[in-house]
Amino acid sequence: MMRDRRRRVVSHAIVVLCGAAVVLALIPLALVLFYVVSQGIGSLNREFFTHTPAPPGELGGGMANAIVGSLLVTGIGAVFAIPVGLLAGIYAAEYSGTRLASSVRFAADTLNGVPSIVIGVFAYGLAVLPFHRFSALAGGVALGVMMLPLIMRTTEELLKLVPTTLREGALALGATRARAVFSVVVPAALPGILTGILLAFARVAGETAPLLFTALNNQYFSTDVRQPISTLTVQVFSYAISPYADWHRQAWAGALVLVTIVLTCSLVARFATARLERMHRGA
Amino acid sequence: MKRWRARPDELLFRAGTGVFALLLIVLVAGIGVELYRQSRLSIHEFGWKFWQTDVWDPVSGEFGARPFIWGTLYSSVLALVLAAPIAIGIAIFLSELSPLWLRRPLVFLTELLAAIPSIVYGLWGIFVLVPWIRSLEVATPPWMKTIPLFTGPPIGVGMLSAAIILAIMVIPFTSSVAREVLKAVPQAQREGAYALGATRWEAIRMALFYARTGIIGAVMLGFGRALGETMAVTMVIGNTPRISLSLFAPQYTMAAVLANEFAEAGDDLYLHALVEIGFVLFIITLIVNIGSRVFIWSLGRQPRSARVADAAAATAA
Repeated sequence: MMRDRRRRVVSHAIVVLCGAAVVLALIPLALVLFYVVSQGIGSLNREFFTHTPAPPGELGGGMANAIVGSLLVTGIGAVFAIPVGLLAGIYAAEYSGTRLASSVRFAADTLNGVPSIVIGVFAYGLAVLPFHRFSALAGGVALGVMMLPLIMRTTEELLKLVPTTLREGALALGATRARAVFSVVVPAALPGILTGILLAFARVAGETAPLLFTALNNQYFSTDVRQPISTLTVQVFSYAISPYADWHRQAWAGALVLVTIVLTCSLVARFATARLERMHRGA
Repeated sequence: MKRWRARPDELLFRAGTGVFALLLIVLVAGIGVELYRQSRLSIHEFGWKFWQTDVWDPVSGEFGARPFIWGTLYSSVLALVLAAPIAIGIAIFLSELSPLWLRRPLVFLTELLAAIPSIVYGLWGIFVLVPWIRSLEVATPPWMKTIPLFTGPPIGVGMLSAAIILAIMVIPFTSSVAREVLKAVPQAQREGAYALGATRWEAIRMALFYARTGIIGAVMLGFGRALGETMAVTMVIGNTPRISLSLFAPQYTMAAVLANEFAEAGDDLYLHALVEIGFVLFIITLIVNIGSRVFIWSLGRQPRSARVADAAAATAA
């Protein structure tokens, strides 16, 4: 009798502890979001979005160049990563049983686990050293390498979810393999793949470490891909560790912009997948 | 069948997509080769001594990287000690206990924890967490200060702040893999336990035991993440190359020294020494990640099918 009661008490205690673990993890999330919004919102004005940084010690200035730079560098990364990721993903899904397919899957998972700072070192050797200059292009290479495994794996998993009957139908009508894949299978999986690309974009847009010594930073407005360029993340970093209160204020504002971008992408992706799900259920 | 396979357009398609698949594999190998190539000066100059000495003084050409490897391992282990129980608790709650209507929003929120950029955690760490830790350190009773874990002046930045930030960042990775692993445990396992009169916790314990290799894999995956985490750690760990057990002491990690010094490394030897740190970090994370995958795979192919089912639930199914 006593033993049974103890077992029930232990069981209830564990249930409560597991619930407490969830709450414990959500506290920092709430705290981070609260501070980013409350500290950042006051500095989000027109100047922030339209001006370039003020010289050290002077008040004012903004992050216009950094916002454009972030979009540019992430865009360059996407230009590299999307075609390669898509085609590699198609191969892995179409020839799923082959040795090459399982090797590429393994390579993608490995690449996904490589620390971003190490990818920065790699991009430095690949795209900075040979040209003797830091550049937006080198930053794009680093971010592209980070996006690649994400896009490849999403593409593969989503293509595998397309019913085989669709592919077989196309083949039965006399389509070649390429035709069946590009005209029937990929379009069927496209909304999901686009969502995956959006998430990959959002994830690397928040990266700082691989840009520190590839894209470096730039005080001025620049869209030249062969020159160093300012990005939102690196700018937030250099302002955060600076001694000026006005720069700290702007670092919070920059963080708020970053978090807004990331949250918007996550919410859009979530909304899109929920919609896809409903569509599918309806069909 | 054979003739159909031999069709040239089929071959073209296979080769055309295969090249890009191959490119990914070449890329991973290329990272290893490139890192070795850029660090060979330092490897030849110092050999193993590089990892056995403690003085890091680029100006006088002394490169001892032991404090960095210590800082990386110590901070990651501490982070896992904090994060693993919480992450496993979350995984249990979400896969076994949570009411259905609460599950999806909670999964979304815990995954949001992984979506917040590292730099934002770092910023929050510098201006919010570090002052809190400092007042905690100031309030530490004197008798505790004699324990090696709590020695040193209360400055806030240091190992404790780094470990806490890392723990927060690692929790979503570990919990989501642990959740998948638990999902792969056959329902009959739990039903059998209940049929024998088990309490809820006893049934969960059975499931945990069944999935133990996968859980270890999930924790290792979190460890791999912690080892390579850069920005947030750089901003709160204090960036002082020294080996100390104290949680209050400012220390340094491999990723942090790369972030701080790489862009300014003047001479070749200095640069190669830094790349060597990156090279070793690459190898360590590679081993940890592959190890974690082996653990997760050894549960059979179930976790994979669970992941596919997950993708199905999230996208189209």
